[in-house]
Amino acid sequence: MQAGNAIDAQEIYSLVSEIPDPEIPVITIQELGILRKVEFVNKTCIVTITPTYTACPAMGLLESQIKEVLKQYNIADVEVQLTYSPAWTTDWMNESAKKKLKDYGIAPPQHSSCSKFFATETVQCPRCNSKNTEMISRYGSTACKALYKCLMCKEPFEHFKCH
Amino acid sequence: MTKQEALYKYCLRLGDNALILGHRLSEMCSKAPFLEEDLALTNFALDMIGRAQAILKYAAEVEGKGRNEDLIAYRREEKEYYNHLITELPNGDFAHVIARQLYVSAFEYLFYTELQKSSDATLAAIAAKTVKEVKYHLQHVADWTVRLGDGTEESHARMQKAINDLWMFTGELFEMDETDNLLLKEGVAIDLIPLKAAWEKNISEIIGDATLVSPAGSYMQTGSRKGIHTEYMGHILSEMQYLQRAYPDASW
Repeated sequence: MQAGNAIDAQEIYSLVSEIPDPEIPVITIQELGILRKVEFVNKTCIVTITPTYTACPAMGLLESQIKEVLKQYNIADVEVQLTYSPAWTTDWMNESAKKKLKDYGIAPPQHSSCSKFFATETVQCPRCNSKNTEMISRYGSTACKALYKCLMCKEPFEHFKCH
Repeated sequence: MTKQEALYKYCLRLGDNALILGHRLSEMCSKAPFLEEDLALTNFALDMIGRAQAILKYAAEVEGKGRNEDLIAYRREEKEYYNHLITELPNGDFAHVIARQLYVSAFEYLFYTELQKSSDATLAAIAAKTVKEVKYHLQHVADWTVRLGDGTEESHARMQKAINDLWMFTGELFEMDETDNLLLKEGVAIDLIPLKAAWEKNISEIIGDATLVSPAGSYMQTGSRKGIHTEYMGHILSEMQYLQRAYPDASW
């Protein structure tokens, strides 16, 4: 935050926080942990984001969305920077974001359950809450999800992998 | 060799390993045994191309000649690539794809776990992201190795042949040259020698679970540290580089 700027970094952070994730629009980039910080260096507003996976294809789109949102508030001098450190983790997702995922039909990641090498993760069905589920495929529609099916209600569903 | 030259070359090696194997895996798109495996292998490719982009971007910065990651990836000559030979080999049958990935992912898991401690902040940060992705790759290919090895008579025979055929390309993963030694002193690179025993132990456990026999050949094919490649490298580069060679600086 700097004197002379009509809008401060905290306010800009709130504005860009509202941007939905391009692939899972029920949660925002802030809830997912992609948005890291907003600061002013001289007159330039620097928005720092981190990719979920190294090759996350949404980074370019997010950069233009961030600039688009800020343009509406007459903030044109914007730089979007990419950082790899600290490495993104699903542990940054809070309970409210996890609930939104579940309501959307995606089984949310469990906290820190990814530390063991061959740990079999118990994934709860987001529809009927049964823990009697099985993995169909380690990979799904996006890098961050795997495909499961519920053996109780028979519905297939996506699981947001613990990462 | 200066530290800068060594770091540039080290980044090329790490970036090229990801770029070339990523390209090979992308060739599996629509050719895997079923849809879910198509998704898996193309996701592996995506992770690797993302990693290549991050590392080659850093290589360009270290080089300091104003090039970007695309120029580094697409405008070098064959002898300026330092990827391990195993990454450039043709896919072959599905057992070969899995065996190659088993050897490489088991190596990368150990390698990137160690590289997180690098004194080079950029490499350490990329390593911390990569290790999570590679761990997932390794879980997937270890699972396949067991499924094929402990599967039908034919899948067992093919998997055994694949691990035998590719064995002679695993020695160079652990080769230390002038670049490694110089950067090891600076705390940038990691010592590959101690990784070898850990890798062999992990591989032999998975191979044992798969009811396969560990390959025992002692002849190891090398060359990549000096930019010497198999006959397959020229072909992969001609395909990868075609557009940038035919239409230099093309962008969209």
